[in-house]
Formats: sequence, C-alpha cells, structure tokens
Amino acid sequence: MATQDEIKFLNAPKIGSNKKKYCRFKKSGIKYIDYKDPQFLLKFVNEQGKLLPRRLTGNSLKYQRKISQAVKKARHLAILPYVTDLLK
Amino acid sequence: MNNYETVFITTPVLSNDEYTRTVKKFTELIEKAGGKVLHQEDWGIKQLAYPIQKKTTGFYTLLQFEVDTQFIRKFEVEFKRDENIMRFLTTRLDKYALAYAEQRRNKLSGKSKKAEV
Repeated sequence: MATQDEIKFLNAPKIGSNKKKYCRFKKSGIKYIDYKDPQFLLKFVNEQGKLLPRRLTGNSLKYQRKISQAVKKARHLAILPYVTDLLK
Repeated sequence: MNNYETVFITTPVLSNDEYTRTVKKFTELIEKAGGKVLHQEDWGIKQLAYPIQKKTTGFYTLLQFEVDTQFIRKFEVEFKRDENIMRFLTTRLDKYALAYAEQRRNKLSGKSKKAEV
C-alpha cells in the first residue's frame, strides 16, 4: 500500500488556500441597489431563482439585506421569477 | 415633500390611447395633490417572469415624483381601484436612491442624445 508521503499530487491540493472573500459593494462603493435591472440581481440568485447565501456571495450583512429586499421587490414586479429552473 | 418612485404594470389588452389615458390620470392626480412628476419612463410591453391574471406580458411604466406623504395612501387606493393596473409598487427614494435615479436618467438621455448626434 502506498504510504502517506509516497502519494504525490500532480498539483498542490487547494484545501488550504481559500480566496479572501470581500464585499463587492464596500469595495466598489455602490450605495444603492436597484430592483429594476435584472442583470445585476441575477448574480445573487441561483438557477432556481433562490437567493444565494452570504457565505457564497461574500456580501456584508448590510448589503445582503439590501440585495434580498431588491430581489423581493423585483419578484413582486415580475421582473424576477419566484421559482424557476435554468434561470441563467 | 418626499421623493417616490412607482413602477406599475398595465394589461397588454389596452389600446395605445387607453394606456396613455390611464398614465395621464395618475400624473394628474399627483399634480392636483401639489406634487411634481420628475420623470416618466415607459418600458413598453415586456415579458412577465410569471403569468399575472392569466396574462404573460404587460406594459411597464415608471413614475418618479415628489409629493407630500399623506397623499400616498390615496394614490395607492386609486391604483387598487383601477382594473387596468395589474400590479404596482411604490418605493420611497432616499438620497442614495435619488442620486442613482439621477445618474440613470443621464445615462439614458445620454444614450438618446448620442443617437441624435
């Protein structure tokens, strides 16, 4: 059986280094999230049209709440669907 | 006098002049109440993400206006009463939203200006 140190990976395993997450709104200084343009909101919604959690989008709490409010307004106005498949 | 923005969807069944009449009805309501319509935008017929009242398309209209706060309740009752309106959403604009709307309008008019030049 190959002992632990004999196993060589082709490239270094990426377990250790994860990308430092940052809040895109603080970095780019966006202050208002518009509920009327779907292109921007689609970045925060998965294929079924559900909101992505903060740990995936990397948003800070304040802007994640603004995003969820904007998405819910867009859904009310039928700009975004409540539930669908293959949204993207 | 707060700044507000209303987006509403009218049924596609309407003819053009009926559509403009309903939009004019609301703009007049605002002017009568001492408000001022700052900007009006027609997005035309758009596909709805899900059917509303068995219809899959609708006329989208955006009204940005400035009016005092007591009027909004009456304004929304008027929307509920009008059966041509399928859905409406009024939001209050804080200073960031106002700046964004301003910038968006310049971008839109900028585009049309570029087209004219």
